[in-house]
Amino acid sequence: MKYPLTIAAIALAALMSPAEAAAMKESGDPLASARWADMEKVFLAGSPVLFDPRVKVTAPSTAENPMQVPVTVDATALKGIVEVVVFADFNPIVQVLRFFPEEAPAYLGFRVKLQQSTPVRAAVRTADGVWHVGGTWVETMGGGCTAPSAAAASPEWQKRLNEVTGRQWSQGPNAGRVRLRIVHPMDTGLVAGTPAFHIEEINFTDAAGKRLMRVQTYEPVSENPVFTLHRGAVDGILEASGRDNNGNVFRARIEQ
Amino acid sequence: MKRLLFVLLALLAGGLGADDFDYRLVAQPVAGDVYAFIGKTEDFDTVNGGNIVNTGFIVGAEGIVVIDSGPSLRYGQQMRQAIARVSAKPVLLVINTHHHPDHFLGNQAFADVPIGALADTRQGIARDGDAFAENLFRMSGNWMKGTEVQVPNRTLAAGRLAVAGRSLRLVALDGHTGADLVVVDEASGVLFAGDLVFNGRAPTTPHADVGHWHAALDRLEQLTRESGFAALVPGHGAVARDAAPIRQTRDWLNWLTDGLRQSARAGLDMNEVLARPLPAVYDGLPMGAAEYRRSVGHLFPAFEQDALEPGR
Repeated sequence: MKYPLTIAAIALAALMSPAEAAAMKESGDPLASARWADMEKVFLAGSPVLFDPRVKVTAPSTAENPMQVPVTVDATALKGIVEVVVFADFNPIVQVLRFFPEEAPAYLGFRVKLQQSTPVRAAVRTADGVWHVGGTWVETMGGGCTAPSAAAASPEWQKRLNEVTGRQWSQGPNAGRVRLRIVHPMDTGLVAGTPAFHIEEINFTDAAGKRLMRVQTYEPVSENPVFTLHRGAVDGILEASGRDNNGNVFRARIEQ
Repeated sequence: MKRLLFVLLALLAGGLGADDFDYRLVAQPVAGDVYAFIGKTEDFDTVNGGNIVNTGFIVGAEGIVVIDSGPSLRYGQQMRQAIARVSAKPVLLVINTHHHPDHFLGNQAFADVPIGALADTRQGIARDGDAFAENLFRMSGNWMKGTEVQVPNRTLAAGRLAVAGRSLRLVALDGHTGADLVVVDEASGVLFAGDLVFNGRAPTTPHADVGHWHAALDRLEQLTRESGFAALVPGHGAVARDAAPIRQTRDWLNWLTDGLRQSARAGLDMNEVLARPLPAVYDGLPMGAAEYRRSVGHLFPAFEQDALEPGR
């Protein structure tokens, strides 16, 4: 299936620079990954796909620590975003997370466990049904998914499971930013004798209960995950709530 | 003809300086029968073969004490040969200053000699040694051939140690790793600082406790003020005759941790912290940019955690 507009028309409508417009294409994976066809089938099947430089995925080109590889997805240059899915082609568990920006800008920072060198990608579905795909290669020595969590070595985490710390920034260059850390082992289930145990869902709402963003997280998200997002037009106290795959819930207010 | 061609090829390979796996170790006199082998201020690669570390030895009346054994079996063997070119006396003790692989993977070449380290260092080598060695096989390639972990077989403790006709002062510190042994040779006034001190090369932090490291640097600076002090052999970089590399290491750690603390308080994400440029003072510092990025990975999460507040 073809996407509904021509690339030229999209580039014109988005006021893209010639370089960005030239980088936009509907076929031929720019990251030249042998797994792309599978990824497309699994995550984007049947829908039009556009490799789109407006989907910015930032990660270190070489990651020293495969257990904590920082990834930032910024799709705020796109309008009408319904959903963002993040995956890593060569990970044993490829799906990292999905987020639904709703009232918040389409921006999310987090960290992932990588098993080997791989593209890390974000596919952004807009209301017209098109998947806009961006990504970057991360080189790593790997082992991030089959190494035990630090929590596995000590029972201390059990007392603090799902403990949330967070902060909002109201002033300075990062005004409007929200950062959040949740204590959780995020076990992948790939370490012998340790079943998968991970946070599945996080909801960010304002004081009145209106949802800013929903995040679905999977096994590759790093232990004690840290998230960075922007609250957008919403003001005041934020609430973060969610649960893990064992039904443990958390709810925490982050003061402004 | 065939043989001639082979010889020519071998000469050519030798000329390139890598395929003969010769580290070309030359003992550099430090002071009073104390020598050091000074490695490059680089990261491990297949050209340097891991010769990025300083090792040393003390020639006493009765024999020789070796301080650290280098990154591979080949290094250890070549080090022993280079020592023999300086003195025919027997090696009586090898000391591993801490549990990082460039400091102990030459131990195999001294398997017939007691190898001593602090208790935590012995445990660390037994626990992490194989993983460290695997990593160096990946980074240094064939230079590592035949290298296996030889865990130290003797526990050293802080205090005076009489060995080889020398009096050594062992100072047990920590901060670069969980156990960092400093060796002072009293006769010569040479201080082997291990990786608590880097000179003209950015410090590494994979197992660092920066608060403890600062305390260790203060203690080291006191040692350099003692009347007998003659020279400091850092774990990496040139030998010094003063405390300048101690201050250099302290300045780097201060800059690093101040920046990480400020970044966390300002709400930066780890990718933004990684993208911060180094100040001009560290332009051209060997491994500066690379070690900064590694240290962000090792140390930023704790600063990040400190900057966040409990949710209610």
